[in-house]
Amino acid sequence: MFGLEGPDLSRMLTAMTLSFHIIFATIGVGVPLLISIAELIGIKKKDPHYHLLARRWTRGFTITVAVGVVTGTAIGLQLSLLWPSFMKVAGNVISLPLFMETFAFFFEAIFLGAYLYTWDRFKKPIYHWLLSIPVILGAGFSAVFITSVNAFMNTPQGFTMQDGKITAIDPIKAMLNPATPTKVFHVLSSSYLTSAAILAAITAFILIRNRAKAKTYYKKALKLTVIMTFVFAILTAIAGDLSAKFLAEYQPEKLAAAEWHFETEEAVDLILFGKLNADNTVERAIRIPKALSFLAFGDFNAEVKGLNDYPKDELPPLWVHYMFDLMVTFGMYAIGVSLLYIVLLKWKKGLTDNKWLLRLLVLNGPLAMLAIEFGWIYAEVGRQPWILRGYMKVSDAATTSPHVGAMLLLFLALYIVLGILCLVVLRKLFHHNPVHMELAERYPNFPWKGGKHK
Amino acid sequence: MSYQVVGITVLWLFLYGYLIIASIDFGAGFFAFYAKATQKDHLLNKLISRYLSPVWEVTNVFFVFFFVGLVGFFPQTAYYYGTALLVPGSIAIVLLAIRGSFYAFENYGSRKSNLYMFLYGATGLLIPASLSVALSISEGGFLRVSDGEVSLMLQRLLTSPYAWNVVFLAIVSVLFISAGFLTFYANRAGDKRALPLVRSYALFWSIPTITASLTTFIALSRHNPRHYEKMLDLWWMFGLSVAFFLVAIYLIYQGEKYGLAFFSIMLQFFFAFFGYGKAHLPYLLYPYITIYKDATHATMGQALIIAFIGGLVLLVPSLVMLMRLFLFDADYVKGKK
Repeated sequence: MFGLEGPDLSRMLTAMTLSFHIIFATIGVGVPLLISIAELIGIKKKDPHYHLLARRWTRGFTITVAVGVVTGTAIGLQLSLLWPSFMKVAGNVISLPLFMETFAFFFEAIFLGAYLYTWDRFKKPIYHWLLSIPVILGAGFSAVFITSVNAFMNTPQGFTMQDGKITAIDPIKAMLNPATPTKVFHVLSSSYLTSAAILAAITAFILIRNRAKAKTYYKKALKLTVIMTFVFAILTAIAGDLSAKFLAEYQPEKLAAAEWHFETEEAVDLILFGKLNADNTVERAIRIPKALSFLAFGDFNAEVKGLNDYPKDELPPLWVHYMFDLMVTFGMYAIGVSLLYIVLLKWKKGLTDNKWLLRLLVLNGPLAMLAIEFGWIYAEVGRQPWILRGYMKVSDAATTSPHVGAMLLLFLALYIVLGILCLVVLRKLFHHNPVHMELAERYPNFPWKGGKHK
Repeated sequence: MSYQVVGITVLWLFLYGYLIIASIDFGAGFFAFYAKATQKDHLLNKLISRYLSPVWEVTNVFFVFFFVGLVGFFPQTAYYYGTALLVPGSIAIVLLAIRGSFYAFENYGSRKSNLYMFLYGATGLLIPASLSVALSISEGGFLRVSDGEVSLMLQRLLTSPYAWNVVFLAIVSVLFISAGFLTFYANRAGDKRALPLVRSYALFWSIPTITASLTTFIALSRHNPRHYEKMLDLWWMFGLSVAFFLVAIYLIYQGEKYGLAFFSIMLQFFFAFFGYGKAHLPYLLYPYITIYKDATHATMGQALIIAFIGGLVLLVPSLVMLMRLFLFDADYVKGKK
């Protein structure tokens, strides 16, 4: 099917499930934090706009959580269905964080249920806000545990393997492998960044259409989400830098593949985009002198290991270079556009209504999500041919079942249906219940007489 | 107790938890559809959605917990079941995905369409049917293993009286458990119009439940005599199961103590489920996987048990909070909150 066979079909199906799931997982990790911040500001400032913001975000969030839950269940089962040999090893060494992830998610699910249905049940609103903390923590720790499993696939440790037999297992050491800290940092910060960017993009989109009857509400939402975008974009950049330094030390072939760096040498240039020729020379690229050495080791003259130091059959495909560059570019775009908005907000407030600025902010939402996708494609394809680096190759881990192709079509249909329905439902949800009407219904006396909100 | 036995007991407890709360959910879906088809939905749907709304996500987690834990404690299961169950497992995932996401879409998004009610009802019966395949396979006789390669003998599975008995038992049990719970919940909510309806469902589905239990027992004696013999050794557990079944039916028939009646149903299934499980040991997949030969290493087993205890310390109070907010808060149940 599609000219693919055996392990490649399993890879396709896994890639499809993951690239669909990661959208909802990212929102699932990031949005609770923004909801919680909005609700807290609402309580502190006694401002119904922020309360309503938290409520409306939560309502949309439940829809995406549902898709996240079911696709998460899908990938959880598919790991065993498609990669039985890998899971046999993983079950022995890295099942602890997988197991704990279920607990973290369980915890989150319980408190999300409580949070959703108790908006008006507490005398003091702050008690309701407190319910958001375990949701944020549960979602965050889910990400931490799952990311540590992925980190383990890159830098496995905490066991010894002899003739296919695994001994001397240390579950904690396996979980806290060298890739875990930077990966966790990068995943968390980019989830918060992307969630903020998407909420900002939706808000800016509504403001552009200029049909918004509740402009103050949307402007407050935009200010909050763009500031959050900026904060987490900076943190994501720092996390990205640390990740590069981690790669240079522990997984140099992955960094070298992303950078088309072949000969081990000192003071290496950073190559942006360009075209790779058959003889491994690079054309039409932007070269930043010595920047790769600096990115890798914080020293412009440091020596960086090149691809030629590795056996040819253990190298990842070199197109990951583009994935890496696009991820970084989109990340930089997020920093740039959010900074621009903040600068204008401070010094030229009138310009924050400018349609072109709003359009740039709308663009930032999908770009941030694409950066997540490209980043994961780089992370996964960049580890090839290994599923467990140094121990097990992808081709040895896949199922031998002949039915993977049919399942690929089945799941493709499922994800198309889920994706379309999710968008339709979200649109309907907010279209039928516009802000100004809900505001009038819930807070009939708002804006308060003589107050500053108009 | 060895860590293997602790591990399988914990997992079996979670599967039992899933059996109960997922059955309530699955059965409620079918009853909601049935009520709509017979134009009685105005009596039932409010009751059902009031209960299900806050807990639907939690249901799914019990299941995820079970299979993640199973692979953790007994990694070999990933290899055998993973290879054999690609098709039935994938179908179950798709059904679960349709059910879970459509539930949220309809419940938070828009009004209930007929298509949705149909899917919600149908998946409620098809999911337990597809999941029960894993239990049938565990009895052995449905896998071909040669040179370490595992494949499912689909033909044999589809023509096996035992497998079909299990499917049938799974479906009617789901309906019985669900009806028993809804009777309790309707009474608790003071819903006088829904109560007679769901009570009649509970009484009706009790008969196929106990019949299917018996026929499955008999079919097992032919399919896996070893397991059957060991179940006979545990006759008292199955005796208790039947006794609690009779208590539940008596109470529901008399129209009193519906809470105790539902608790009896839970005990009925507890003893049957643990009697079945205990007799199944040491095999997780007859005759290939046992809990001793194929368990994870002791260090990992201990780490998992410690994580499990830590998790319980966190989860039990949270679950109690959730139940107090929604299940046992009289005002909420009655629809005043």
